[in-house]
Amino acid sequence: MPEIKVTPLGAGQDVGRSCVLVSIAGKNVMLDCGMHMGYNDDRRFPDFSYITQNGRLTDFLDCVIISHFHLDHCGALPYFSEMVGYDGPIYMTHPTKAICPILLEDYRKITVDKKGETNFFTSQMIKDCMKKVVAVHLHQTVQVDEELEIKAYYAGHVLGAAMFQIKVGCESVVYTGDYNMTPDRHLGAAWIDKCRPDLLITESTYATTIRDSKRCRERDFLKKVHETVERGGKVLIPVFALGRAQELCILLETFWERMNLKAPIYFSTGLTEKANHYYKLFITWTNQKIRKTFVQRNMFEFKHIKAFDRAFADNPGPMVVFATPGMLHAGQSLQIFRKWAGNEKNMVIMPGYCVQGTVGHKILSGQRKLEMEGRQILEVKMQVEYMSFSAHADAKGIMQLIRQAEPRNVLLVHGEAKKMEFLKQKIEQEFHVSCFMPANGETTTILTNPCIPVDISLGLLKRETAIGPLPDAKKPKLMHGTLLMKDNSFRLVSPEQALKELGLAEHQLRFTCRVHIQDPRKEHETVLRVYNHLKGILKDYSVQHLPDGSITVESILIQATAHSEDQGTKVLLVSWTYQDEELGSYLTSLLKKGLPQST
Amino acid sequence: FFQYCLSGHPTLPCNVLKFKSTTIMLDCGLDMTSTLNFLPLPLVQSPRLSKLPGWVLKDGSTFLDKELKECSGHVFVDSVPEFCLPETELLDLSTVDVILISNYHCMMALPYITEYTGFTGTVYATEPTVQIGRLLMEELVNSIERVPKAQSASMWKNKEVQRLLPAPLKDAVEVSMWRKCYTMPEVNAALSKIQLVGYSQKIELFGAVQVTPLSSGYALGSSNWIIQSHYEKVSYVSGSSLLTTHPQPMDQASLKNSDVLILTGLTQIPTANPDGMVGEFCSNLAMTVRNGGNVLVPCYPSGVIYDLLECLYQYIDSAGLSNIPFYFISPVANSSLEFSQIFAEWLCHNKQTKVYLPEPPFPHAELIQTNKLKHYPSIHGDFSNDFKQPCVVFTGHPSLRFGDVVHFMELWGKSSLNTVIFTEPDFSYLDALAPYQPLAMKCVYCPIDTRLNFIQVSKLLKEVQPLHVVCPEQYTQPPPTQSHRTDLMIDCQPPAMSYRRAEVLTLPYKRRYEKIEIMPDLADSLVPLEIKPGISLATVSAVLHTKDNKHVLQLPPKPPQAPASKKRKRVSDDVPECKSLKPLLSGSIPVDQFVQTLEKHGFSDVKVEDTAKGHIVLLQEAETLIQLEEDSTHIICDNDEPLRVKLRDLVLKFLQKF
Repeated sequence: MPEIKVTPLGAGQDVGRSCVLVSIAGKNVMLDCGMHMGYNDDRRFPDFSYITQNGRLTDFLDCVIISHFHLDHCGALPYFSEMVGYDGPIYMTHPTKAICPILLEDYRKITVDKKGETNFFTSQMIKDCMKKVVAVHLHQTVQVDEELEIKAYYAGHVLGAAMFQIKVGCESVVYTGDYNMTPDRHLGAAWIDKCRPDLLITESTYATTIRDSKRCRERDFLKKVHETVERGGKVLIPVFALGRAQELCILLETFWERMNLKAPIYFSTGLTEKANHYYKLFITWTNQKIRKTFVQRNMFEFKHIKAFDRAFADNPGPMVVFATPGMLHAGQSLQIFRKWAGNEKNMVIMPGYCVQGTVGHKILSGQRKLEMEGRQILEVKMQVEYMSFSAHADAKGIMQLIRQAEPRNVLLVHGEAKKMEFLKQKIEQEFHVSCFMPANGETTTILTNPCIPVDISLGLLKRETAIGPLPDAKKPKLMHGTLLMKDNSFRLVSPEQALKELGLAEHQLRFTCRVHIQDPRKEHETVLRVYNHLKGILKDYSVQHLPDGSITVESILIQATAHSEDQGTKVLLVSWTYQDEELGSYLTSLLKKGLPQST
Repeated sequence: FFQYCLSGHPTLPCNVLKFKSTTIMLDCGLDMTSTLNFLPLPLVQSPRLSKLPGWVLKDGSTFLDKELKECSGHVFVDSVPEFCLPETELLDLSTVDVILISNYHCMMALPYITEYTGFTGTVYATEPTVQIGRLLMEELVNSIERVPKAQSASMWKNKEVQRLLPAPLKDAVEVSMWRKCYTMPEVNAALSKIQLVGYSQKIELFGAVQVTPLSSGYALGSSNWIIQSHYEKVSYVSGSSLLTTHPQPMDQASLKNSDVLILTGLTQIPTANPDGMVGEFCSNLAMTVRNGGNVLVPCYPSGVIYDLLECLYQYIDSAGLSNIPFYFISPVANSSLEFSQIFAEWLCHNKQTKVYLPEPPFPHAELIQTNKLKHYPSIHGDFSNDFKQPCVVFTGHPSLRFGDVVHFMELWGKSSLNTVIFTEPDFSYLDALAPYQPLAMKCVYCPIDTRLNFIQVSKLLKEVQPLHVVCPEQYTQPPPTQSHRTDLMIDCQPPAMSYRRAEVLTLPYKRRYEKIEIMPDLADSLVPLEIKPGISLATVSAVLHTKDNKHVLQLPPKPPQAPASKKRKRVSDDVPECKSLKPLLSGSIPVDQFVQTLEKHGFSDVKVEDTAKGHIVLLQEAETLIQLEEDSTHIICDNDEPLRVKLRDLVLKFLQKF
């Protein structure tokens, strides 16, 4: 039985370092190649030695697919391709290809330059890695090789995020990456057609959450920011440079404009302008409203939001600062946090999910005394707010996607085990499909039952569809043919054609049965009685009385002769070929019973 | 498989393909050369045009002098310009299932088709095609609607009257089919029927046909289309280019193995080299400006203009033109310039990599930033304040019949210092200029048509090897004005099939196979037998299900009743319900082995007689004889069913089933 095997190297019952191996019909595909924000040791990257201990990765993988530019989905890519060694194709969308190297470089700088780590990938490695990337369009069918094809679908989440369908013959897998089923201020909603994959691998970050309306969350957010600024406090919003940042910027920009607010808004990194520029150039990937109006007013040109300088953090008075990275695990956002944490007038708003081990995760779980580097204890007096702006599908959204794609099996990744468990039950109950949630390194095997496509000769198909007096859609049509298998080609042809193609002659097998009938009448009268008898019984068949005195039932021939010795007995010769075996056999046994008494 | 040809214009095609029970329209081009027969539409009343004398027939009758005006020996219709629509009578257009658009120039008749014929299908096009197509339509509607012209001439269209007119009006075809421009609501309604597609996207139509757009290299988002089922492949090549300009390069490899290749939209100027023309364009422009004259470039708001601006970007500093203002005037100028920058994924590699930096892919962004290029929606408003001469103006429409270009022709036509440079190849420049004669301004003809020329076509055909080529009749003979140039036609084997307007072609190919799927449980039940080395066969008896043009074979249902005997599956007392199909047999029966087998099965009185063609095996006691010949076996027996069945099964052991 053909099967699909799935092994998460990362993101199995966990969020972080997404990396899922899929084997389908002899092809091996790696989905995402992320890093883990919660670790600084070996565990930050997936364990690629699982794929092969000593062979080259290129020999084991047919392709690598990156769903979007977040580092937990692409952060290990240069390590994987340049340090472990992979030269095969890497697929991602155009915006991902554009933005991914910038975030990788950023990540490298923080790790190497600030933390002083060695044995990390270099700038040149990022460049070399990106040379192996093939950019794909939405909905384009990319032929990786003759059998393996992939197709990208819009996923929302961040600019350029995509879900991927991986298909070999009739078997297919869909990997969602991270997605969002509701449009937001700058991106559209994920969409997929009813592609009925054998397996849907979906993220499940918000497996148990059903979020209230976006509008409420936005109002809440603005209210909190506004109140803090009004009382002279500072608001820190840790974000990643691309993604949520743009959505929140649009939100604050329009609010500031409407309320005529004066407090400065800053965006911390040099990336800002560059990031916004990507949004302008890839505006076709944003939501419909922005796309429609971009000629008149480009939503990514901000009037109120200015570049941040680190000296500003000590300025008196209210301000709002967007600072990277988003989980407060390093960099500028962490620096500002340390400066402002002691003042209860200030506020930090965490707009997205935080991975375990990060400062963001700690303060969200209520910790107010943090041990910083050098055993320093930082007391957090500022208000800590969590607002789920990260663009993942919630439970409702995940169910909606399953309904759209109609998979035969579901596999959950990119979530917490407990929450997955709950969602798994829900999915199995509602859709009656199997749902899996393997841990990292654990292989799930899914049996598939693919149809076998063959070529049928048009002659045979037409012949079979034409059989029967009336084409009745409900009645199944029986067909008989010969399947010729040569090399890898399968052709279904009529038996005659099969014989002809193989240069063989048909062997005709014919039966002639003598049936004795007691009937004193003359021969032609007997024949007529037989004819009427058969005609009465075989209503669906063509029964004919020929001028030469014989009867045919379809292609079966019946002739009558007088018995040489007994004039009261007639001998019926029933003759048929093997192809009419059933009817012929039936006729002889019918005639053997004799003719009905004439009335 | 039929092709209905609704347009006679080779670069503005409109064909309908009947392919496997689907009806597919390929492009919907609008022939605008008809507008050349009309007087220009000036934005402000032009004293010159309004003073033109009415046309008088030879016999002195003047009944047409309101409709027709004479200018320098040519006669023009004084009316709102009209366009020549694709044929609408050749087939019922409400039966069209889908329309495939290859590029934005080839969709200009869309509103006429989708809004007036009862069309209920879907239109497929790429995003840049739709966005820029919308801009072209918007500009067209805008430039005609803003000039209210009460008069609409129709008397001259009367067949009896038309006969009396001078050429070219006399020879204008299908004048009764000419229509006024559509409106914006109609444009919006038509565009709302479009579904966006990407290159190499496979689109299923009714389960029977798959269509796929491929990059054609000619314009932003321009595409060729593959229309195929599992066994037939039609390639529709329309407006393709192998030159490296701004669009993504043409995808040639995917056109291979076509049964039929429909070839339209070749270059209209096969003798001109686009690169040379761009050079001439620049030098003529520079010369005029240096002499203090103005340059007018009649153009479409998208397409070649991007390349011209890019050339000028590189050229102006070295040519000392840095202080000369460039104006781009069109109601959609701003949109066109903005849109060009956001379709990075549809651009050539060089431009794509710029976006990764991130920088705008086209340098006209810099020209705008540095104020060298300015764009205006029209000559009114800001433009009249900023307007400085000498200058260069890009504006439409290239037919010189409507749009702001009419204003500049009237304004600059009288001075020989000025130059009009024709770059768009769609209109004869002499015809375009006719209603402006006499003209003092210089005229330079630098048509830039990057579409395939005949050398490239023959290379392409050699490369992709289609079985048959179908093309407009114009491509199967040398151009009428250069009848000796036999190199300016398609040369292929077998010769291309040609079509003309209002013709129906039968496409030459025959299907022999269809795809069918065998369900897994049926596949498991098959018993393959190797009949020759490398060739196996299995007989298949199965139930055929056909739904949505997809065929599936399933295991036949089990007989409802238990078999009466061990060997028979059917109860012989019942009339066999459906004709069950038995396989064909093949092989031969060696008589010695057959007799041995009979004896082994308890027949002791077997007697063999030789005949001319084989043998007769006699079972004396049973009064049964079996004729064995090379390719046939005949069992003749009394009505002893168990015996017959036994003999049958013994015979079958020697034969192969098919």
